Amino acid sequence: MTGRVVLITGGNRGIGLATARRFAADGYRVAVTSRRGDPLDDTITVVKCDVTDTDSVDSAVSEIEEALGPVEILVSNAGITDDGLVLRMKDDSFTRVLDTNLTGGFRVARRVVRSMMRGRWGRIVFVSSVVGLGGQAGQANYAASKAGLIGLSRSLAKEFAGRNITVNVVAPGPIRTDMLAELTDDQRQAMLAVVPLGRLGEADEIAAAIHFLASDEAGYVTGSVLPVDGGLSMG
Amino acid sequence: MSDDNFARFTKCAVEVLSVEASAIVPEATFESLDADSLDLVELVMALEEEFDVTVEEEELDGVSTVKAAFELITSKL
Repeated sequence: MTGRVVLITGGNRGIGLATARRFAADGYRVAVTSRRGDPLDDTITVVKCDVTDTDSVDSAVSEIEEALGPVEILVSNAGITDDGLVLRMKDDSFTRVLDTNLTGGFRVARRVVRSMMRGRWGRIVFVSSVVGLGGQAGQANYAASKAGLIGLSRSLAKEFAGRNITVNVVAPGPIRTDMLAELTDDQRQAMLAVVPLGRLGEADEIAAAIHFLASDEAGYVTGSVLPVDGGLSMG
Repeated sequence: MSDDNFARFTKCAVEVLSVEASAIVPEATFESLDADSLDLVELVMALEEEFDVTVEEEELDGVSTVKAAFELITSKL
């Protein structure tokens, strides 16, 4: 077992799970966190973690460091939605989504970047959303959190560039996951009508983009935002 | 200046800054050691761990030499 150590937050389903499996199939040593910490299979180490809790992040990363070694690649993917129109959106709904999706990414990145600095090599990939680029009625909280990840990512990219740590964002469009299963058929049709490629994306297609940004070959790519969205976000 | 504490300080500096132990002398400036702001933060974090002390961000203002950093850390012991 000599592959690099990769940590994927929110790795128990959807894009996170597809990404974990992609890295595991390629010989990486893979850890994922989830809120419940239910086991997956023996190629993936699962650790319980609440990204809204700094102590929980610290102990989860310590556990991974003991089991696999220092984290060299972080895929910050944990995220929630709590949709609603702004006029009826409670403060709590807004701050809770920000705390998980944006501040959660900050907490985990801050915890793992120390060992990346020491190793003079690191990759951080934040999973944002096409909604963070274009906005979405009914998702002000989610869109704000996903847009915020871009500023966070680019700041980290500049702060740690001297340590050979690259930091990038992948912005998925509509991907066939549980998060999208909540949509009605009408909503799904309306969404597909505006995707130039005319179909939903697959979680594997996001995993492939993340896998590239985490590779040695992507060493000159930092501060980028890579939409993987069937063309949805282009002008 | 306690020799033992200075040896522990030097050990941290050598690890974090990737310099020879002989370069860690009281009058050396961090600039002369090629240490940037990120190196200094990393060094302070290593020293906090080694000496079990806490250094606030604002206490680092004007700390530009090995002597100043060593005195800041040991003043907290």
